[in-house]
Amino acid sequence: MKNFHVGIIGGGVVGSAIAWELSKYDISVAVFEKGSDVASGTSKANSGVIHSGINSATGSLKAKFCVEGNKMFPSIANQLGFSIKWVGKYVIAKNQGEVKELERLKKIGEDNGTPNLNIVDGAKVNEPNVSCHSALWVPTAAIALPYEFNIALAENAVINNVKFLLENNVTNLKKTNDGFLIKTNKGEYQSKILINSTGLNCRNIVSMLEEPDFQVYPCRGEYLVLDKKYGSLVKSMIYPVPDKELGVLGVHITPTIEGNLLFGPSAEFIIDENDKKTTKEMMKTLLVEAKDIVAKIPENAVINAYSGVRCKLASAEEGGWADYRIEESKQTPGLINLLGIESPGLTAAPAIAKYVTKMVSKRVELDKKNDFKTVKVFGKRFNEMTSAQQAYLIKKDKRWGRIVCRCEHITEAEIIKALSNPLGAKTLSSVKYRCRAGMGRCQGGFCTQHIIRIMEKQFKLDPKDINLKSPASYLFTSRTREVKK
Amino acid sequence: MTEYDIDVAVIGAGPAGLAAAVSAKENGAKKVTVIDRNNWLGGILSQCIHDGFGVEETGSSMTGPEYANMYIEMAKKQDVSFLDETMVLGFDKNRLITAVNKNGNHKIKAKSIVLAMGCREKTRWNIMIPGNRPSGIFTAGVAQAFINLYNIIPGKNIVILGSGDVGLIMARRLKFEGANVLGVVEILPYASGLPRNVVQCLDDYDIPLFLNHTVTFIEGKDRLESVTIAKVDKNRNVINGSEKKIKCDTLLLSLGLIPENELSNNVGIKIHEVTGGPVVNQFLETTIPSVFACGNCLQVYDTVDVLSIDAKIAGKNAAEKTISKKKKSIKTIPGKNVRYVVPQIVDQPGKTHISLRVEKPGESTKLHVISDGNEIFSKKLPWINPANMVEFNVDIQDIVLDKGHDLEVYLDG
Repeated sequence: MKNFHVGIIGGGVVGSAIAWELSKYDISVAVFEKGSDVASGTSKANSGVIHSGINSATGSLKAKFCVEGNKMFPSIANQLGFSIKWVGKYVIAKNQGEVKELERLKKIGEDNGTPNLNIVDGAKVNEPNVSCHSALWVPTAAIALPYEFNIALAENAVINNVKFLLENNVTNLKKTNDGFLIKTNKGEYQSKILINSTGLNCRNIVSMLEEPDFQVYPCRGEYLVLDKKYGSLVKSMIYPVPDKELGVLGVHITPTIEGNLLFGPSAEFIIDENDKKTTKEMMKTLLVEAKDIVAKIPENAVINAYSGVRCKLASAEEGGWADYRIEESKQTPGLINLLGIESPGLTAAPAIAKYVTKMVSKRVELDKKNDFKTVKVFGKRFNEMTSAQQAYLIKKDKRWGRIVCRCEHITEAEIIKALSNPLGAKTLSSVKYRCRAGMGRCQGGFCTQHIIRIMEKQFKLDPKDINLKSPASYLFTSRTREVKK
Repeated sequence: MTEYDIDVAVIGAGPAGLAAAVSAKENGAKKVTVIDRNNWLGGILSQCIHDGFGVEETGSSMTGPEYANMYIEMAKKQDVSFLDETMVLGFDKNRLITAVNKNGNHKIKAKSIVLAMGCREKTRWNIMIPGNRPSGIFTAGVAQAFINLYNIIPGKNIVILGSGDVGLIMARRLKFEGANVLGVVEILPYASGLPRNVVQCLDDYDIPLFLNHTVTFIEGKDRLESVTIAKVDKNRNVINGSEKKIKCDTLLLSLGLIPENELSNNVGIKIHEVTGGPVVNQFLETTIPSVFACGNCLQVYDTVDVLSIDAKIAGKNAAEKTISKKKKSIKTIPGKNVRYVVPQIVDQPGKTHISLRVEKPGESTKLHVISDGNEIFSKKLPWINPANMVEFNVDIQDIVLDKGHDLEVYLDG
């Protein structure tokens, strides 16, 4: 089928949340994703924080969707089976001067409907490695793995018949009488409604149909990942008071679901939104700023660094803060634009999805499906099971007894499950983000060869066709001379 | 759950584990079991298809698999048993090992344990190379596995960062496969691999070695497109303006090896800051009684020959269950131009095998071992190099231990 009721461009967390929400109804939906998997842009490269709503101006869409989204997470995490931990966060004041800022945040939070905010004395901060004057305790902030949430949404959407067209880069759009003609590098499609959920590319997509009335100001944030060995230095998230000049939250320390710590993000306005590099200078700065919060952080325990790029609608000169724009185009009816979706986009995604669904319902009749299913995508990991559970699974399937990733103790059965994902994503990163193989301290030194072997033998992939993450990120060039013939 | 009682459990079936197991058997242990994750024996040797193994030990030069096979045959003859494709999940202070394989969970109670888990390679992030995260960046050992075990070539235009032995060997290996090896980049003023490998792998094939250089940036949206290399000063700081971009599709990292000691850490074995391996006494016994360590998880060796000889010491002591009687415990202290000394602890008199690595290369130096101001051992060394481990035996008298002063080991000249 090449005709859809709804076409969604972008398989990031917001596009996937909309896809999942729409998959509850009896309509046809397609998602066009230029990457080889979902969560291949900003949705995977962020702090993984489920925000509480203390950071966005009262009355803004950011505040509204953040608070609403936050409340939806316990139930969604349970339905879709991804991990979430309600670790809470402290915003710390270094001195008396910064206390005002805590009070300001508390006020905003309360006005936005964020519950149980409390300013505590530095001595009462339940973090032995953090020293501060006082802190705002935010119990409703949580951590999740952003790519897990994104994948869980997308895979559930697929199970309910949403079509995910991976490696489909939209190259041209045309408005037709009753909808849109969507041209990608792979083919032509039609939809009645078109949802532009393309993050940093939102302006490019709009400009295929009309003259955009906004600019995108990409703002890069770099992160460092610390070895698990030091994961217990903090229990909750530790934030400085936000940097108002850049409209960002400042370099914070975030524990991850997996037990690592993240430092970041930095905030740097850049010209090219694809310039996702890390820099020596920022790596140094991040360590200095993190050590400023927790002095015990070691210098040589970083196991990875990455960066993500925020989609901002306001420039640095304008203060970097602008609200989301989620609206149907006046010039191009049926085109729903989601513009400037940056932090707290991960938290807001499920609420945005509800809101957009309502917008869709004005143009297409939405009847609930009878056979809608939810599947817990991420089951219990082998390394989290009791030995009785392990033994039971090994007896059923020997592949549970073969450990492929030695740092994270990931089994062959888990690798195969990851490669059998309903999206059909088969890059090395798809495996990593689904089962964590290759994410430990050796960063794939031992397991990569075994995963490639499984892809080759059990999934019949030619090594030359195996990519790291994107369509052009090939891993190998050829066979050795002996085998070439 | 399968449960067994054995005499010596060896964790890891690489060269160290095999040599330790053979030696344990030769020294009277009845039930010796080697546990390994892979479905083959010999560990990393199976991908080391170049020759040069065994020269010092046997006088003949073998390939890695041939060398491994020599020990596998010995082990089989000695009736060593193997648990392959088996991952040790942990062990406790009473030497109860939990492991898992396709037949289920295993509990193995061992009278003594020999740790022989080997090492892993440093990654890009150990030295924090900034830039993009494209495909085409491999550690040298991973690339070696792909080429030699799976016949897969990682790329065509190759830059190698780090002149460790694996990197040098891979430079030659890729040249053989028709790749353009654009150069080996080394931050130090000298190669960190063995001098013979510099000659045989680079010089003989006209592959340039950029000393005092490092990679400062990685570029590439999808696949690697270029690396930037730059000169460094004697403090290893980048000299501004010396940056040079090299177009390439592959970067191999040969940055050195890190002993694998997750299991040791989890049970509370003390790890030495410099070696990255367990702190051991002259029996190669760790800080947990009857748990011994050998091979690259103890310290990174430069040749398998020396590694095997040391591993046999661990195997022998594991068989004899030589729990140190702790006459008096003294330490070995690295002094001038000594990076580390193994063993770190001496607690029995007698002939003691000592190995060390130097900080800097040099010529006509002399090694001294000092106890309370008295030289108890000295040895002339015509030349020294950080890549070449220095080994010697010292007879440590009762009186040295009785006095209780630590042994200082240093080099002069």
